[in-house]
Amino acid sequence: MSSLKKIFDRDTWDEIFESISKNKTRTIITTIGVFWGIFIYIALAGSATGLENGFDDAFSGLSKNSMGVWAQRTSIPYKGFEEGRQPLFRLNDVDKLKSRIPEIEYISPGLQAGAFSGAPPLVTRGTRSDNFNVFGNFPVYAKISVIKIFDGGRYINEEDIKYERKVAVIGEGTQERLFTEGEDPLGKYIEINNVNFKVVGVTKFSQGSGFGSDSDITIPYTTFAKLYNRGDRYGFMFIAGYDYVNPNYLEETVMSNLKVLKTVSPEDDRAFGSFNIGSLFESIIKFTKGMVFLSLVVGIATIFAGVIGIGNIMLIAVKERTNELGIRRALGATPGEVKVQIVLESVFLTILAGIIGIIVGAFLLFVINIGTSGLEDFPFTNPTVPLAIVFGAFITMVTLGTLIGLIPAERAVSIKPIEALREE
Amino acid sequence: MIEIKNLHKSYEMGSSSLHVLKGIDFSVADGELVAIMGSSGSGKSTLLNILGMLDNSDQGTYDLDKIRIANMDEKKAANYRNKFLGFVFQSFNLINYKNALENVALPLYYQGISRKERQVIALNYLGKVGLKDWSSHLPSELSGGQKQRVAIARALASNPKVLLADEPTGALDSKTSMEVMALIQKINNEGKTILVVTHEQDIAEMCKRIVLLKDGVIVEDKKVKQNIIKNV
Repeated sequence: MSSLKKIFDRDTWDEIFESISKNKTRTIITTIGVFWGIFIYIALAGSATGLENGFDDAFSGLSKNSMGVWAQRTSIPYKGFEEGRQPLFRLNDVDKLKSRIPEIEYISPGLQAGAFSGAPPLVTRGTRSDNFNVFGNFPVYAKISVIKIFDGGRYINEEDIKYERKVAVIGEGTQERLFTEGEDPLGKYIEINNVNFKVVGVTKFSQGSGFGSDSDITIPYTTFAKLYNRGDRYGFMFIAGYDYVNPNYLEETVMSNLKVLKTVSPEDDRAFGSFNIGSLFESIIKFTKGMVFLSLVVGIATIFAGVIGIGNIMLIAVKERTNELGIRRALGATPGEVKVQIVLESVFLTILAGIIGIIVGAFLLFVINIGTSGLEDFPFTNPTVPLAIVFGAFITMVTLGTLIGLIPAERAVSIKPIEALREE
Repeated sequence: MIEIKNLHKSYEMGSSSLHVLKGIDFSVADGELVAIMGSSGSGKSTLLNILGMLDNSDQGTYDLDKIRIANMDEKKAANYRNKFLGFVFQSFNLINYKNALENVALPLYYQGISRKERQVIALNYLGKVGLKDWSSHLPSELSGGQKQRVAIARALASNPKVLLADEPTGALDSKTSMEVMALIQKINNEGKTILVVTHEQDIAEMCKRIVLLKDGVIVEDKKVKQNIIKNV
């Protein structure tokens, strides 16, 4: 078809550029709609991503599909056991649970003094003293909860566990209260319930990373167990699933398996307590997903409105140019040539407006990013728009631009040249 | 060159229909300069539009250079108009955002002639109507007479068989009318067949033949002694 060939003809484009560049007001008014649409779309989609990234950052301290479970007291008598029993875990339950549930990546049993298990012990150093929560943990805990240690220090390691070393990792709050300002706590000793512990690391506290405060003290699990005479029993553990595991599924599976392992009635919902980070995180994910979806809908709708605007103005332009198109046809332009010219003008304007919208939108996001990068408590990081979405918007634009251009094009050739020429 | 037999045309005006051309028989030989006269409503413009393939007839035949013009689709009509006919209108009908040269080059664009060649040909025709120095001017920067000369150059650019002029002097004062008619006579003397629709007697007398239309039929068709314009 000859009109298809016209698309790649330089003369066709010369004609289009001429018609567009010599009717500046019309061109500008026409493009504003689509420009605005794509601009809003990019700004919204980018902000949604920024928010998502921001929340991601805020929750980066914890493995997203981790959960905690602890022993409470049974509420239903079962298999000869009375109700009111505390189904404590044993260390060999770790391997049993892992072999029963292949989705589990890490299990970190924990002992604690203070928090939800008795009164926090007294910790002293020289003339300073205060009560702090003390936790007994394995090194694997650091794999579930991201622990940031200040330079020079370390977390509990396997050697500490093996030799039941009296070492402690303290929070930055603990350091503040037990040490003078500027004093390096590493290698110094603190007394927990009159037992000396050597400080090997100071943890940096970050909001949302775990359950403690900024002044928790962690000692090796084995040391804790010996000191407090806990044997191999413990009441709390952290469990993390592999990345692909649904946290709600993980929580349910762990609970049902624990009931079997610890001989608890399947109907007994009070024997164990649990929570999972995933469900917490999930609601935020849902929120940001909603934001992304909203921006998609709003953006597409705005682009749509913009393209319809182009169609409208093209219709008016065609009406305005009836005489010109009549002249062209009297001089030998075929209806196909006239149609191609109008559709291409429409498509070209759409693309032009779209590109400007994308550039300006991206610039706005860039400015917002710079403006918010210093704000710690504003969850907004790295607002970007995936290329696929930009590309998708672009394709939508061009398609709509073509379709909408067909209306004025059809209109332009529906008028007989003789009538078009009479129009002034 | 032009052969018309028993041509009829009516327009639907709501429920009634208006019979504009009521059987026209008419022929034009090569190199003629014919004035089609008539008061308004006589059907002269309708006849010209049918001759120009801008409008269709209801009945009758029309041959242009031995080619039967009938039942053409818009595309074919457009190609024929481009190759065979040149138009000059009362209101000039130049494209206002194109300069004189680009306006003259437009029919050549639709012939698929390359840009460079188009400009050479267009400039040549602009020279022919005495407007070589005005090639880069927009229509708004030209006088009425100049605009009409640009339009004539445009009509000639595609080297058509027939030039159709619809009231070419209708919007011009008498002095510029003389200039334009002198140009038309000059082109005719070079061998081009030209049809001029007019309702002014003095303009008609500058042609070689006058056809008088009244109420859709030809009432008079006579050769006249041409009033040749000198010293414009």
